[in-house]
Amino acid sequence: MLLFLQEMSTMLFAILSSFIFALVLFFIGQQRFERFTWLASLLPLGLFIYFAQFIPAIANGDVIHFSTKWVPSLGINLDFQLDGLSLLFTLLITGIGSLVFIYSKEYLKENNKLLRFYCYLSVFMGAMLGLVTSNNIISMFVFWELTSISSFFLISFKNTDKESRKSALLALSITGLGGLSLLAFAVLAGQLTGTYTISEMLTNPELFAQGELSIFLLVFLLLAAFTKSAQFPFHFWLPGAMRAPTPVSTYLHSATMVKAGVYLLLRFSPHFSLNEYFGTILIIFGAITMLYAAVHTLFRTDLKGILAYSTIGALGIMVFLIGIGTAEAITAAIIFIMVHALYKASLFLVTGTIDYGAGTRDITRLAGLRKFMLPLSIAGLLAAISSAGIPPSVGFVGKDLIYESTLHAGLNAGLLTTIALVTNIFMVFAGFIVGVKPFIGKLPEHLSETEKPNFILWGPPILLALLGVVFGLFPGLLGNLFTDNIAAKLSGVEAPHLKLWHGFNFIFLLSLITIGAGLLLYVLWKPSKSKETFIQRFDVLAPKDLIILFGNLFSQLSIFLTRLFQNGYLRRYVMILLVILTVVLGIHIFINPRVFLNIEQIKSLDWNEIIICIIMFFAILFTVFSKSRLSAVAGLGIVGYAMCFIFVFYGAPDLAMTQFTIDTLTVILFVLVLYRLPKYLRMSNPTNRIRDGIIALTFGTFMSFIIVEIMNENPVKNVTEFYSENAYVLAKGKNIVNVILVDFRGFDTMIEIIVLSIAAIGVFALLKLYLKKHEK
Amino acid sequence: MEILLAIMTGILYAAGIYLILRRSLVKLIIGIVLLGNGVNLLIFLMGGLVKGRPPIIPEDAKHLEGLFADPVPQALILTAIVISFGLQSFAIVLIKRAYKVVKTDDIDAMNETDRI
Amino acid sequence: MKSIILSSASNYLLPLLLLFSVFVLLRGHYLPGGGFIGGLIASIAFILHAFANGLKKTRYLLRIHPGFLIPVGLTVAILSAVAPMIFADLPLLTGLWYPDEIPVIGKIGSALFFDTGVYLVVVGVSLTIIFTISETV
Repeated sequence: MLLFLQEMSTMLFAILSSFIFALVLFFIGQQRFERFTWLASLLPLGLFIYFAQFIPAIANGDVIHFSTKWVPSLGINLDFQLDGLSLLFTLLITGIGSLVFIYSKEYLKENNKLLRFYCYLSVFMGAMLGLVTSNNIISMFVFWELTSISSFFLISFKNTDKESRKSALLALSITGLGGLSLLAFAVLAGQLTGTYTISEMLTNPELFAQGELSIFLLVFLLLAAFTKSAQFPFHFWLPGAMRAPTPVSTYLHSATMVKAGVYLLLRFSPHFSLNEYFGTILIIFGAITMLYAAVHTLFRTDLKGILAYSTIGALGIMVFLIGIGTAEAITAAIIFIMVHALYKASLFLVTGTIDYGAGTRDITRLAGLRKFMLPLSIAGLLAAISSAGIPPSVGFVGKDLIYESTLHAGLNAGLLTTIALVTNIFMVFAGFIVGVKPFIGKLPEHLSETEKPNFILWGPPILLALLGVVFGLFPGLLGNLFTDNIAAKLSGVEAPHLKLWHGFNFIFLLSLITIGAGLLLYVLWKPSKSKETFIQRFDVLAPKDLIILFGNLFSQLSIFLTRLFQNGYLRRYVMILLVILTVVLGIHIFINPRVFLNIEQIKSLDWNEIIICIIMFFAILFTVFSKSRLSAVAGLGIVGYAMCFIFVFYGAPDLAMTQFTIDTLTVILFVLVLYRLPKYLRMSNPTNRIRDGIIALTFGTFMSFIIVEIMNENPVKNVTEFYSENAYVLAKGKNIVNVILVDFRGFDTMIEIIVLSIAAIGVFALLKLYLKKHEK
Repeated sequence: MEILLAIMTGILYAAGIYLILRRSLVKLIIGIVLLGNGVNLLIFLMGGLVKGRPPIIPEDAKHLEGLFADPVPQALILTAIVISFGLQSFAIVLIKRAYKVVKTDDIDAMNETDRI
Repeated sequence: MKSIILSSASNYLLPLLLLFSVFVLLRGHYLPGGGFIGGLIASIAFILHAFANGLKKTRYLLRIHPGFLIPVGLTVAILSAVAPMIFADLPLLTGLWYPDEIPVIGKIGSALFFDTGVYLVVVGVSLTIIFTISETV
């Protein structure tokens, strides 16, 4: 154990610590945990510090490797790698994680399943950390699946709500589909390249670009990434997942988990750099998702609904940028991942606090809340500014880069820039609707009793929003840390230097148009219930319903098949097996008849052998057709004794003795028990009996044929020869059967006597233990 | 003789299967015992039949010479016979207990009791 | 099932059969026999005695519950299996042999102890099963 600990890398321990923490929580108990909830947030905070200490090394462009052997025979090691991209994600996961851990303490303080919540949350965090640091694709897959599973439990946290459970199941099935696809990708890529280590796969990117299998690789990877990152047409699970408590939505569905797909694409974009379809497909799907989601934000009235769609849109932008794939675009994507995580998490937390205080998230019913929640309204405003890309926020830097990369995209620059512009306008709108609108205007009557949130409920969002502005003022910080070496590594070209101010140029003009149009939209367009109803009319055509329909058909089919085969009647199982076996044997015998009798090999028939066989034959008939249990048992005994004689004739005295004693014991056993069992009844009708008889006889006949056929072959006797040569020399025994039992195969015998002991204990327990009074 | 034993094995298989396909649990057990005998006989036949020469090294020799019965299937069958005793006794006691609780040894009727 | 002939016969048969079973066990390495067969013969001897004289008398004769033989036998078998690991630094279940031959039994080695463990387990198992069933049915 100690040796194992020594071999464990610190990284493995850091990742496992979340799982261990979840396990420990389990034993602490809800009561004690409630008093010390705040201690839980020390875990993500500690991990944040742990990962932050790697910043200087990573900024130098180093890549840190950690390795622990896991399943060496399959080439699966727990390889972890920390480069700029991984570090960015780990810092986001642990940083936002810390704030969410603290925030949840207050937000869910009256919930009696708080302990469970923190368990799921820390499992999720561990899985997410493992996912973004794994350098082995199989362990990456395992962590990927763990995030899906923990997210399932977090979405369905309000498990008394039917809709929550439904949404959770939907999210699990969609992301589960992606997980399967990732597994397929992993195995295929591993087989093709001969390694399961992600960084080693990079040595021959031609494999990912040429050949028949490269298209499968691409499809599997994209399916995994698109389902996880909610790209059209798999986007619909994300709005449903908003049924989760708001801290969960903050953490999983805006800041971290949904970005796992984007991470996957970024991680594998160098591998696919030679694949001509990779970029194009990403641009197309990203663009559709952006526009689709952007339009949807207009028609939602639930704050979280608006945020869900704007998140889908943001994910679309990231995929779109990765598709463009230039150094500028990758830099833009990385900046945008960070920007989006900061302002979207902040907006989600703002929404949570509004919901907590005002008791509603309906935008049409919210206004004037600044009276109660002034600090929160500042957080909302700052986040909205960052989301809109108004200088000096980091959002501005990001938006600049987006336009820069679309403008330099070559042939389609005009089209791509327009798509980006439209989406960004809706993003500005969404940011302001959520971050500003609930706080301004006149306070409506029904909100006059709003609770004033305490520090924990407004501190985290304001911190996140402030960070968005700070990084905007000093973009060089980000550049040094991440974008320079991530983008350079992923695109192969040196990344552009990050600046807040580029001067008055075309890009600045585009930014101005975005902000202006967005704000105009915000002023003019009022979300309302009727608009939401309007858009819901198109739901019939939505991918969601089509997929649910498909799912229902599929489950009906499987129910039908299960009822057909798993019908609970042992007879039918046996019958199906036998009929299939009979058909296989029959085909074999009729196509390739090798059944002939080798007269020379056959031993002459002795009269005593014939008599034994005749006795055995009649005993079997008697056992099968007897109407009384006792005579059936007697017949069984005679069959056993007849076997005994056969063993005696053909040189197996040990077997004969064993068979004799066991047969005696069996008969005694049956007689003892059968006295108290029901009368032998004839329960099946004649047709069934004839059918079963035919099945049994056919199978028996075929068995005889096969035996005759096999006996014409010369058996391989290597094992036998070894035993008979060495029985005396090595094991000093002359009865070879016994030598095999106690020496050569002694281990088998040991297991056998253990099994026998278990049977005896079972019999004893069944008859003597836990009996009701009348049974004694 | 081989052909006779091959036919006997086939009959044991047929009888065992026929009884396993019955509805009564007791018949099921008897069927399994018969089938077990059939399997033992099958393994025994696969080793090749040698009349009257058990695999025992003579007093004055160090290893077996000439024709002798194959010890490997014998060891297998010996194990199988003993294990089957454990299986049968456990199964039959299980039937007895089940009969006490559900008052039937009809497998179909037992299925019905599941649904309650 | 009480007949005087059977009950008095079984009184003589029991020691004879037990002796025979031990004999079968000991010679198992050289001639047909061994732990399984010996154990089964011994348990049949006890069961015969129980049929003739009643279970109570047999139990009294045995003194201990037959189930007690199971762990004892398992321990003997496992000890003999790990003995080569402890005493001679050899793999599990390697045969260890006392160099001199002993009359009647032949050579003594760890295999014999292993077989004795098998013998005890078999006696324990079959007697536990049969006794438990005949007591409760």
